[in-house]
Amino acid sequence: MATTLAPPPHRVSHTSSPRRRRLRRSFRRRPGKLTYLMLTAIAFFSFFPLYWSVVVASQDNSALGKVPPPMLLGGNLWFNLKRAFTMVPFEQALINSFIVSGAITISVVLFSTLAGFAFAKLRFRGRNILLLSIIATMMVPTTLGIIPLYMLMAKIEWTGTIYAVIVPAMVNGFGVFFMTQYLSEAVPTELLEAGRVDGCSTIRLFWHVVLPAARPAAAVLGMLTFLTAWNDFFWPLVVLTPEDPTVQVVLSTLSAGRITDYSLSLTGALIAILPLLVVFVLLGKQIIGGIMQGAVKG
Amino acid sequence: MTQLVTDGSAGERLSPRRSLLHRLDVKGSPYLYIAPFFLLFLGFGVFPLIFTAWVSLHEWSLLSDEHPWIGFGNYTALWADPAFWNALWNTASIWVLSTVPQLLMALVLAHILNQRLRGQTFWRMSALVPNITSVAAVAIIFSQLFGRDYGLINWVLGVFGIDKVDWTANSWSSHLAVSLMIIWRWTGYNALIYLAAMQAVPKELYDSASLDGATSFQQLRKITVPAIRPTIIFTVIISSIGGMQVLAEPLLFGGNGLTGGSDRQFQTLALYLYEVAFGRFDFGYASASSWVMFLIIVIVAAINFALTSRLRRS
Repeated sequence: MATTLAPPPHRVSHTSSPRRRRLRRSFRRRPGKLTYLMLTAIAFFSFFPLYWSVVVASQDNSALGKVPPPMLLGGNLWFNLKRAFTMVPFEQALINSFIVSGAITISVVLFSTLAGFAFAKLRFRGRNILLLSIIATMMVPTTLGIIPLYMLMAKIEWTGTIYAVIVPAMVNGFGVFFMTQYLSEAVPTELLEAGRVDGCSTIRLFWHVVLPAARPAAAVLGMLTFLTAWNDFFWPLVVLTPEDPTVQVVLSTLSAGRITDYSLSLTGALIAILPLLVVFVLLGKQIIGGIMQGAVKG
Repeated sequence: MTQLVTDGSAGERLSPRRSLLHRLDVKGSPYLYIAPFFLLFLGFGVFPLIFTAWVSLHEWSLLSDEHPWIGFGNYTALWADPAFWNALWNTASIWVLSTVPQLLMALVLAHILNQRLRGQTFWRMSALVPNITSVAAVAIIFSQLFGRDYGLINWVLGVFGIDKVDWTANSWSSHLAVSLMIIWRWTGYNALIYLAAMQAVPKELYDSASLDGATSFQQLRKITVPAIRPTIIFTVIISSIGGMQVLAEPLLFGGNGLTGGSDRQFQTLALYLYEVAFGRFDFGYASASSWVMFLIIVIVAAINFALTSRLRRS
């Protein structure tokens, strides 16, 4: 049944005369004005909430109570920033977030590259089943283990410290999977075999052959990991205290209460977004490439 | 060169100690390299999940040192708990309201992006910028936009003659608001995933379709969607796993309240879990609801897989 319905793709495009080819080229989808109009609209909706956070962060609360709401920047940004840094421990939060995200990134990249090397290039018993179990871990929602994880942290007296946020995030299945895929293509097996014959130990092969080859993928994985770690909300909220928080935890403190001080809380949101936005403007192309690469494999 | 290589391996063969080390290295080192992952994951991933099951069979409050065994008591209490069913309903409603438009829009957006555009990187970046914005920041910004008296959205509605909506007060409006936050944050990400899949579809298919006079939208429906179906199903599964864990949006939308509105009108399952565990410190009961959530996710994923294989066969 399927055979009659679906001809193989290559049969659809029959070989064509030069004239037909010319015709075809003219039919290739060429973006018109409408396309760019739609894209502009999409870009507007994407950027508007970010712009809006700058607008609100630069107003005082009485200006925000006007109808229609102010659409342009006000002069209160500096004042609101100062308020944000005095009313909640924002400085500490930024430092914590940088330490946490940096440590998680280094660890995930290192351990994923190591494990990815083993899965992609080394032969050992149980390799397939272990790799499969790693892929399965990607499907397990982390939210569900939060209660016993909290009990564990309480037991070893890590609650309220950033260790509790760093250590459980030091590995993840996606990283291993991502590096395995990349290394199995990027490192020629012959090169490793040649090294072996020369008496290279596995760790030296890793250091001198695999690590240099892994650099582009490691950079992408590092950026994606940093983004995720910086934006993580639930677990830090559970395990950290408002006195020694990460940036995302501070945001929840700022928005607490029945009547929210919006110019203050959106100033907080702005500070939380800004570091990632800078990274994104500089390295956006690579981040997008990484997401699309991961998608094709996933 | 060849000479050198044979010399080297011959030299190795001569020394038994070195060859033993070498064999140990080849056989053992792979396990060494994957050990960090498995040790950390066992400790902080698998153990908590199993321990959750153990805790769920006890009356386990953080406020007391006694943890008596009650069997499936927590589960039967959960079954009879209207707040749990309410949270389940809210989660499902928000999931449908956010996922369906999100994935449809992502398809269209990916279709638009899948052309030879000028400024390609800029357009892709503008699609992804919501996704790098932290979920807490998104929730706070949108809560302000959805403000009843001074929010921008109500003002825009007012321009069109529509009365002010008290977004947090009703079930439908709060679900819509929370869904909009999710849609805003995830549409571009899914579009990029679709785009990656679309680029693997042979261009000739589109060419011959154009020759036959197919419009762009017809091409999307008849060529692209069937070709990238596995990717679409992948995103449906991923977003159902994500949809079960929605927490930050309803939490911050309700001014950091654990109940998700005065009548629990937008309390999701994850928020309910948070309330039981860290508002009431009833860890046994919260663990039971974690396991039920896990089962629901497994069932949803299984249904997805079943549907997929059905579709593939037909």
